[in-house]
Amino acid sequence: MSERAQLLLPIADDELVLGWRNSEWTGIAPFLEEDVAFSSIAQNEIGHARALYQLVADELGTTADELAFDRSPEEYRCSRLVQLRLVPDWARTIARHYLYETADARRVDELKASDDPEVAGLAAKIDREEAYHRMHAQMWFDRLRDEPRFVEAVEELQPLLASEEREEHTPEFAELWEEMTMVRRSVVGATW
Amino acid sequence: MTEAQVWEALAEIPDPEIPVISLVELGVVRDVEVEDGRVRVAFTPTFLGCPALEVMRDQMAAKLRELGAEPEVIVISDDSWSTDRITAEGREKLRAAGFAPPAPREAGVPKLVQLQTGSFRCPYCGSTDTALDNIFGPTPCRSLRYCRSCRQPFEQFKTI
Repeated sequence: MSERAQLLLPIADDELVLGWRNSEWTGIAPFLEEDVAFSSIAQNEIGHARALYQLVADELGTTADELAFDRSPEEYRCSRLVQLRLVPDWARTIARHYLYETADARRVDELKASDDPEVAGLAAKIDREEAYHRMHAQMWFDRLRDEPRFVEAVEELQPLLASEEREEHTPEFAELWEEMTMVRRSVVGATW
Repeated sequence: MTEAQVWEALAEIPDPEIPVISLVELGVVRDVEVEDGRVRVAFTPTFLGCPALEVMRDQMAAKLRELGAEPEVIVISDDSWSTDRITAEGREKLRAAGFAPPAPREAGVPKLVQLQTGSFRCPYCGSTDTALDNIFGPTPCRSLRYCRSCRQPFEQFKTI
């Protein structure tokens, strides 16, 4: 695997899987503004995943869709934090959102300084969009920071963020993969 | 075929989600090259997750084929599109249609406190007595605001 693939695939997998998890709030978030927010954030994360997969695909001679949907579950390198299915737990959802966005900001900053101009250019674009995710996460952090359930959730999820074990997958991830790849597996070469 | 003719043709394509402005006014066409009947268009997406991206690309290719050219539309995913690329005419058309145009891009990314200030102008009555309702809106590129003066909600283009 190329250096670019090794660098970008774990990030793309994080963004794709978190995008799926965020979209699970569509239609059932605690109130309408958050329904819109989580749906929009999900759409952005999946857009970032697509663009990152595309950079890898250009190099490997494949496509973004093949990387996103045609790999076996063991090949994904997403962190355990994004694999968790948290609906309908709002406190843990916001804890993950805050932890992820904070860590992702540092990662995107590193990519912006990459020697690879395509990687640095894409990271700069992603950062412009992520700024709005960070504002949203910070707003919720400020609102919930003294709530015991939220504080507990942050303490519980923090170790998952620190963990770099990306080769092991949770049973929840297997379920997500089944659903996410269903169309591609049922109809070969399906596009929409 | 000349580059000017290509720009003219692309200027006729409306944005798929906000058809009051064209793709050229939106600033997503970055570069046009014409060589021996082949047309190469470099195009920058607004937001990476924008579902209109493929529609825009296909519409540009179809339009150029109508003119008898062999089109190649290249998507460039870097930081070169910002809302600053929306033309003055485009901004005015957006405002007239009830979308508040974006604030200029600054050196750093915007902060929540800036969005919460009243410096954003209502596209209906012109008042700056407006409040942020939701950072996110019906598409990735828009936020929701409320005008306390004319009591009208409106959509504000996000600055990126």
